[in-house]
Amino acid sequence: MNQPTSYNDRIVKQFAIMTVVWGVAGMLVGVLIAAQLAWPILNFDIPWLTYGRLRPLHTNAVIFAFGGSALFATSYYIVQRTCGVRLVADWLAGFTFWGWQCVILLAAVTLPLGITSSKEYAELEWPIDILITLVWVAYAVVFFGTIMKRKIPHIYVANWFFGGFILTIAVLHVVNSAALPVSLFKSYSAYAGVQDAMVQWWYGHNAVGFFLTAGFLGIMYYFIPKQANRPIYSYRLSVVHFWALVFTYIWAGPHHLHYTALPDWAQSLGMVFSVILLAPSWGGMINGIMTLSGAWEKLRTDPILKFMIVSVSFYGMSTFEGPMMSIKTVNALSHYTDWTIGHVHAGALGWVGFISIGAMYYLIPRLFNRELYSLKLVETHFWVATIGIVLYITAMWVSGVMQGLMWRAINTDGTLTYSFIESVQAMHPYYIVRFLGGFLYLLGMLIMAYNVIRTIWGAPSPAAVADTAQPVH
Amino acid sequence: MADFTSPFWHWFVAIVSLLGILVLFPLLYRNRGNQPSGTLKTMGHVWDGDLEEYNNPLPGWWLNLFAVTLVFGLVYLILYPGLGHFPGVLGWSSKGQYEQEIQAASEQYDPLYQHYASIDIRTLSTHPEALKTGRRLFANYCAACHGSDARGARGFPNLRDSEWLYGGEPEQVYQSILHGRSGVMPAWGPVLGEEGVENVTNYILGLGNREHDGSLAAAGQPQYQQLCVACHQADGSGNQVLGAPNLKDRIWQYGGSKASIRESIANGRHGVMPAHGEFLGEERVHLLSAYVYSLSQEYEQE
Repeated sequence: MNQPTSYNDRIVKQFAIMTVVWGVAGMLVGVLIAAQLAWPILNFDIPWLTYGRLRPLHTNAVIFAFGGSALFATSYYIVQRTCGVRLVADWLAGFTFWGWQCVILLAAVTLPLGITSSKEYAELEWPIDILITLVWVAYAVVFFGTIMKRKIPHIYVANWFFGGFILTIAVLHVVNSAALPVSLFKSYSAYAGVQDAMVQWWYGHNAVGFFLTAGFLGIMYYFIPKQANRPIYSYRLSVVHFWALVFTYIWAGPHHLHYTALPDWAQSLGMVFSVILLAPSWGGMINGIMTLSGAWEKLRTDPILKFMIVSVSFYGMSTFEGPMMSIKTVNALSHYTDWTIGHVHAGALGWVGFISIGAMYYLIPRLFNRELYSLKLVETHFWVATIGIVLYITAMWVSGVMQGLMWRAINTDGTLTYSFIESVQAMHPYYIVRFLGGFLYLLGMLIMAYNVIRTIWGAPSPAAVADTAQPVH
Repeated sequence: MADFTSPFWHWFVAIVSLLGILVLFPLLYRNRGNQPSGTLKTMGHVWDGDLEEYNNPLPGWWLNLFAVTLVFGLVYLILYPGLGHFPGVLGWSSKGQYEQEIQAASEQYDPLYQHYASIDIRTLSTHPEALKTGRRLFANYCAACHGSDARGARGFPNLRDSEWLYGGEPEQVYQSILHGRSGVMPAWGPVLGEEGVENVTNYILGLGNREHDGSLAAAGQPQYQQLCVACHQADGSGNQVLGAPNLKDRIWQYGGSKASIRESIANGRHGVMPAHGEFLGEERVHLLSAYVYSLSQEYEQE
């Protein structure tokens, strides 16, 4: 029965290509809306091109289209190789690809049309939510089915993180999207008032914790040791930080609702567990960076490894910043300001973006059996994107802290020193810098797209990449 | 406490929260440990050709950091609300903090506004320090609609001229800010029909001596006299008691083009000035009135 069959790399290729495509598309929309904030005339007075409709399109495109495709591609690649078996049910895996692309296209149509549930990061209306659920169940069946028929008894650490991510996202999506449809394009949340807010941010923060963190830690745990050609630093650390992370993250949502109608006890618990989350998060960073110990010189010459290690560094930075911002007194200054946007993008551009980019540079030549067209362009991409991130997040830090301070500045007569519009005016130069940072990041992504196209169009080089294309048997 | 529908949920939240923190201590304690002696060995598992794992001990500084955050969490939950309806030993609540801050601000600033409130609006409107404070209040509470220069916008009246919907005397301005205003122009389209709307539009243009069709205006006159006079007066000069605008001047809150006037007659308008008394208090409204009044005085002097 156990005849050696090749891995299902067709599905990995499909998702890998779409990762690059959606990366370019999602970031392009991001750069456009950044420009709209600096120069509002770019809304063109066309409803479906306005900031309010394109912003959810940007977040959905980068999180679920770009990030989601990267997660599908890498998890399918890794689970086959670390279990030594082909994916179960090729057709079901194929359904996850076409289903997910269909979800993305529906999002790209409905969001600009203004069809939205208005729940942040869960804006898609109920028929699309149902399709997402079907795709996700199929994903779980394919992933866990493959784990179950693995030929290697120990489950590799990357798969714990992918497994945790798939399970939790299923629960989050179903609970948060529960709604009463009133027509094909309109539904109302099953929850009301502050309960709706709490469910929303329980979902919202764990979308960060499980989709954008646990899933991408799975990517890190495979590609960093592979690219560095070093063993993982500490198995024990991975066990401890995995359980601490998945257990603690789920509590942290209420920190999005400090000083609101949410009861004090819930706010306190959200803050306490967000602070406790610091060490579990840093456990992942330590394991990623220390895996390189003894091979630091590789960072000088290998731009792909640079992407991965800088990614983990940004992860460490964001997960330090996050717990700090969850402390109520800090949050009183940072909430509703650009600081939050800077924090999110340190994680999104730095951590999620860079680890995905690094993984794709590793994967694509191997999947297509080609030599990477230009390592020099990878190096260029790295520097252009890094400068972009630095411009972006420093602009948002300065702008955010300035906003927070301007909003609370009080004159001796008790009046506010600045009117709201003055704080908007003061943000303008930083919005231009942020646009430039985002533009550089997009430019890097276009360099990557070019490099990927030239790589795939190049001549096959069977000797170029020594990859184990066969399952063990 | 209203947050919990039964004591069960109080205990549930308190116990699960405490366990949530306490369970992490043994996780850390059991996994502490020193570097095994001898050379570093991997765990002995190999995946995908060359993926292996060392088993380095957890870094000491990391374990300590983790433990410190856990202790911080426990201490915080003793001091502050968090464990169900246990209020924390400090007795802090966000409502209490808010009330405290409001009280402190009120002790600090109220004397100043009480002082201003004792001066009548007309006199106050020439008081430079008071106007400075008034301008700051205006920038925060009024500028969103009336503009930071108070010149208004479509649908929001210009406060820097001498024309007033509800009157520009100090007491009238004060009333407008304190209690708000609601200006309703009913929709006459269903009554007048398309032709009737066109006729009345021409009649109104005629009132202001603007270009219009004389015969249509003549046809519109009886309809104006029947439907519009009650508020806008026979000569179109309006009525400040109702906030019915003067139709003879060049000031049009919703646009003075023929199309805009036609739209106003056919579909009506509803202008709302929100009441500010409840959240600003009478003293600040008094000061704001002096500032707004000073603007129209400036205009009249120019």
